[in-house]
Amino acid sequence: MSQAIETDVVIVGAGPAGLFAVFELGLLDIKAHVVDILPRAGGQCSELYPEKPIYDIPGIPICTGQELTDDLLKQIAPFNPTFHFNEMVETLTSIGTSEKPAFRLTTDAGKVFESRVVFIAAGGGSFQPKKPPIPGIEAYEGKSVFYAVRRVEDFRDKNVVIVGGGDSALDWTLNLQPVARKVTLVHRRADFRAAPHSVNAMNELQAAGKIDFKLGQITKVAGVDGELSAATLKGNDGTEEQLPCERLMPFFGLTMKLGPVANWGLNLHENLIPVDTEKFETSHPGIFAVGDINSYPGKLKLILSGFHEGALAAQKAHRYVYPEKKLLFQYTTSSTNLQKKLGVS
Amino acid sequence: MVKTSLHDTATRYGAEPGGGAPTKVTITFVDSQGQARAVEGEVGSTVMETARRNDIPEIAAECGGACACATCHVYVDDKWTEKTGKASQMEEDMLDFAFDVKPNSRLCCQITVKPELDGLVVRTPAQQG
Repeated sequence: MSQAIETDVVIVGAGPAGLFAVFELGLLDIKAHVVDILPRAGGQCSELYPEKPIYDIPGIPICTGQELTDDLLKQIAPFNPTFHFNEMVETLTSIGTSEKPAFRLTTDAGKVFESRVVFIAAGGGSFQPKKPPIPGIEAYEGKSVFYAVRRVEDFRDKNVVIVGGGDSALDWTLNLQPVARKVTLVHRRADFRAAPHSVNAMNELQAAGKIDFKLGQITKVAGVDGELSAATLKGNDGTEEQLPCERLMPFFGLTMKLGPVANWGLNLHENLIPVDTEKFETSHPGIFAVGDINSYPGKLKLILSGFHEGALAAQKAHRYVYPEKKLLFQYTTSSTNLQKKLGVS
Repeated sequence: MVKTSLHDTATRYGAEPGGGAPTKVTITFVDSQGQARAVEGEVGSTVMETARRNDIPEIAAECGGACACATCHVYVDDKWTEKTGKASQMEEDMLDFAFDVKPNSRLCCQITVKPELDGLVVRTPAQQG
């Protein structure tokens, strides 16, 4: 086991609720490490609707998901949180008592954290690749069906079929073409959401006979012991065609799955974590849940609710992290102490 | 003090001004096993919201109606495709994330319930996410 990273709080999820929790905890001198499965901060805001407008952030008449994320990152910068992206917290175990909680968390990348409190701000859960409904595809996953490229060498001299019309599909079509034996791109229509220069590059490769493009969808796969040999393409006209296929990469975007949170021994209600509305603490002392993942009577899944919840949860977290200190409620507008922490005094 | 006119009161209680068009329509969701569920949809809401309010299975609607996730994919019954209209460019882009997309595929968060959709029939796919 690698050396544990010791911190006051681990925040699971870097969406708006997790980011603003960094701020509220930071004002109370509680240092945060933030873990998220996505490659960047923002959660659903940057993953689902980076360019779409949000109208219900108090005081901000309109902003996009990305703008809100960028501004939150700016707002929490004085507290210098440490981010761990592309990682999923897999296990959470208690190593303390209910009076003096402490936790050990491990990630799928092998990191270990030891913290005084935990904030679960995991929204709808982990974003995971959508798996197409191709019968028996599970048997090939990780061996010859991939939802992301870990090692380009896995594709050398193989017949590769890539499904999708976005940036992932186009980027990997372009990047694997020189390596693979042959790349076939399959998409349901001749329009692509991907960046225009990628689409142009793909069109040029196709015109030069260096890749194949097929309209339709993959409906069946065949192979032995996890190794694919062929895929059935169903064209938009209903005709079927067998494609030689040793590597299949379906790119249908991401979906939210609750994931490992379900195994952390917390009470769950319909895939949500019940909390009280005073401290937003879960059934386990020292573990808080804020944002879309929690539930309580009257809960509204709004970003502003997540902000409020983080502020209140931070107050209780302070009692666990600094049991000897009395917490004085202060305003950022008038407290020079808080302003020092924010780097503005 | 805001003065409430009779007109406002009528609107609030569900009658359209002028007493013409209905404010409720019937929408039938047929699941992938063929089971039909007819529910009441409110004019002005969306077909997705109608599904959620009535606990219709096979509509995930992960993003809550922002046309950002493709998990409220439905097939509009052929008799109704003209009235529901076609998917916008943004919706077509999002449909790339859905499985087994057909010419009558729509994301039902983008179908607004209108009086002329009374009787609408949509089918849901077995897998959304």
